[in-house]
Amino acid sequence: MSFHFGLGQGLRAAAVAVAVSGAFLGAAKAGPTLDAIQQRGLIKVGVGTSPGFFAPDSNGKWQGFFVDFGRALAVTVFNDPDKVEFTSSSPQQRLPALQAGEFDILLSGVTQTITRAFKLGFHFGPVIFYDGQGILVSKSLGVEKAADLDGATIGVQSGTTGELNIADFFRKTGKKYTPVVIEDSKEFLAALESGRVDALTQDSSDLAIRRGLLAKPDDYVVLPERLSKEPLVPAVRAGDDRWLEIVNWTVYATIQAEEFGITQANVDEFLKSEDPSIKRFLGVDASLGEAIGLDPKFAYNIIKAVGNYGEIFDRNIGPKTPVGFERGYNQLWTKGGLLYSPPFR
Amino acid sequence: MSALRPPALLDRSPLLKATVGSRGNLTLSVAVLLLAALALPPMLRWLLLDATFIGTAESCKAASGACWAFIGEKLKFVVLGFYPQDQAPRAYAAIGLLIGLVGLSAIPRLWSRWLAAAWVAGLVAVLWLLGGGGPLAPVPTDKWGGLPVTLLLSLGSFILAFPLAILLALARRSKLGGVRLYAVLLIETVRGVPFIAILYASTLLFPLMLPAGAAIDKFARAAVALSIFVAAYLAEIVRAGLQAVPRGQSEAAASLGLTHWQTLRLIVLPQALKEVIAPIVNLAVGIFQDTTLVAIIGMFDLLNAARAAATDPQWIGFYAEAYVFVAAVYFVFCFAAARYSLWLERHLRTP
Repeated sequence: MSFHFGLGQGLRAAAVAVAVSGAFLGAAKAGPTLDAIQQRGLIKVGVGTSPGFFAPDSNGKWQGFFVDFGRALAVTVFNDPDKVEFTSSSPQQRLPALQAGEFDILLSGVTQTITRAFKLGFHFGPVIFYDGQGILVSKSLGVEKAADLDGATIGVQSGTTGELNIADFFRKTGKKYTPVVIEDSKEFLAALESGRVDALTQDSSDLAIRRGLLAKPDDYVVLPERLSKEPLVPAVRAGDDRWLEIVNWTVYATIQAEEFGITQANVDEFLKSEDPSIKRFLGVDASLGEAIGLDPKFAYNIIKAVGNYGEIFDRNIGPKTPVGFERGYNQLWTKGGLLYSPPFR
Repeated sequence: MSALRPPALLDRSPLLKATVGSRGNLTLSVAVLLLAALALPPMLRWLLLDATFIGTAESCKAASGACWAFIGEKLKFVVLGFYPQDQAPRAYAAIGLLIGLVGLSAIPRLWSRWLAAAWVAGLVAVLWLLGGGGPLAPVPTDKWGGLPVTLLLSLGSFILAFPLAILLALARRSKLGGVRLYAVLLIETVRGVPFIAILYASTLLFPLMLPAGAAIDKFARAAVALSIFVAAYLAEIVRAGLQAVPRGQSEAAASLGLTHWQTLRLIVLPQALKEVIAPIVNLAVGIFQDTTLVAIIGMFDLLNAARAAATDPQWIGFYAEAYVFVAAVYFVFCFAAARYSLWLERHLRTP
C-alpha cells in the first residue's frame, strides 16, 4: 500500500513541479551543467598554475586570485567554499577539456575574444581581471606613467606581440625609445638589473611575477598603463543559462560589495544598515533572493567566506604580496577603474 | 728489477693504466680534470656551501646558493601532490608496497607464479590504499599525485603491458595471416605516433566518443594509454628475443613430446626473455621518465608537483631547486635499475 501512496505522492510532486516551472517559464533555466553540479555536490573548476593567480600552498591546497572566485561560486551554489574541486589544465588543453565536460567552468585566465565566442561555443562571464601588456621600470627613473618615458631603452622578448605594441604606443605618444630584443627569458631580468635596459615590456601579470624574482623587487614598479587588451574571464560551455547567470552575479557580488564598502570583517555590521539597496544586497530584505531562486543571503555568504573583490585582489596579488600587482584598471569604476557591477535589484 | 719500474706499476693498476697509460688517455684525463676544476667549485658553492638548508623564503633570497629549505617546506607536496595530507600514511604505504614488490622481483630465486600473483595482489592493494574504500576514506584519482602516481603509472603499465606484449610478439610471428596483420597494424600504429598524441587522444577524444553520461576515470585512461604504448615497444623487444632462440630448441622440445604451448612457456620464452633483459630495462627506465608527460593532461606526477610547488607566491621561483631535487630522485631509481640489470645479466649467463 505504501508503494501506491508513495507513487501518488510522487505524481503530485511532479505536477507541482510542472506548475512551478511553468510559472518560471522564460526565466534562466537550469541546464545540464548546473544539474550535474547539484547532483555531484561539487563544482569542477579548471585552473592553471601561476603564482598568485592559482598555485598550491605547502599543504596542497589551491590558493590564488582565480581560486577564490571558484570558492565564491561554491558559496553561491552550496553555501560552502570547499565544495569545489580545482584541476590544473594546460593552456592548449583547457578549452577542449571544458568542451569535453571535464570542467564546469574555466577560471584559468582565458582571454575573451570574438573567435572564442562565435566559433567555439563558449560563454564568458564578467571580466575578473583586466590584463594587458605593461612596462616594468626601475623606480630610480622617476617615471610615474608610460607617457613620461622618453628616450628610454626598452627590452622586449623576441617572438611576442610586445614589440609591435610598444612601437604603436610610442608612435602615438610621439616620444623616442630604443627597443632591445632579448632572446632568452633568463636574460630578460638580467638586462634590467644590469642597467642594460631602462624598462621591460610584457604581459603585465607576467611582469608582476617576474618582478618578484628580481633581487630587489621593491626598486622596480609595473607602470599602470596597458598597451594591449587581455580581458581574463570565466568561461563556461554554452547551453546552461542559469549557470552562466550564477557565475555572472557571483563575480558582481564581490565587486558590488567593494563599492558598498562591505568587507569580510564588517559585513555583519552592514546587516543593520538602513540603506534599502544594501538590505536587498545582503538578503536582509529577502524578496530579491526569493524572486531569483537563490539563497537571499548568497552575497552575504560570499563576502563572509572570501571577502570583496578588493580583498581577494590584495590577498593574492596585491602590492603587499610577492606578486605585487597594482590595481590599475582592476579598480572600481568609482575610482577610475573598469570594475562595474549592474544593480542588485 | 724491471718489476719496480713505472710501466709495471701501470700494469698492476687498471685504473692508472686507463687514466694515464697512454698519451691519448693522459690528454683526456687532464682535459676532464680541467673541466671539473672549472665546473665543480661554483656547483659545489651553489649546492652546498652557499645554500640555505633551514630558513624562510626571505633568508633564501638573501643567500646566493640553493634554497634547500624550499624542498624541506614542500617535500610533502612534491612527494604526494594534491593527495590529502591527513591521509598521507596511505600514500607512503603505497610507495613502500610498490618499492617492496620491485625489490622482491629483483631476486631471481623468487621468480615463480607466486610472484606474478603477488604483483596482482600488490597492485590491487595499492589501488585500494590510494583510492580508499571500506574503512579508508575515498580519494578520487584526480587528487592522486607525486611519487605514488609516477611509480604506479610506470610499474602498473609495465605489468599490464607485459602479457599483451608477449601475445603481440607471438602474433607477429604467427603463421595465421589475419592475426599477424592485426599485430603489425597495432604495433606500427602505436609506435608511429608520439606518446603525447596518444595521451591527448585518451583524455580529449576518447570521452567524446563515449555515450553521454558515461565517463572513464582520467587516471585509468592515462594508464591504459601508457600500457598500450609500452606494449607496442615491448612486443618488438620480445620478438627480437624470440628470434634469437635457435630453431633447434623448439624442435628438440617437440621431439620430447611437449605441446606447442608447453614449448613456448618452458623452453622458448625463458630463453628469449633472458636474451633481452638489457633492452627491457632500458625501456623501463625510459617509460619511468616518460610518465612525466602526464603533466600535460593535468596530472601531478613527481616532476609536475615539484614545478607547481615553485609557483607558491610565498616560495616563488625556486625552480632550479625543484628540478635538481626531482632529478636526484629519478637518478636514484634509474641508476639502481641499470646496475641491477648488469648484475642480472651476469647472474643469468649460461655457458
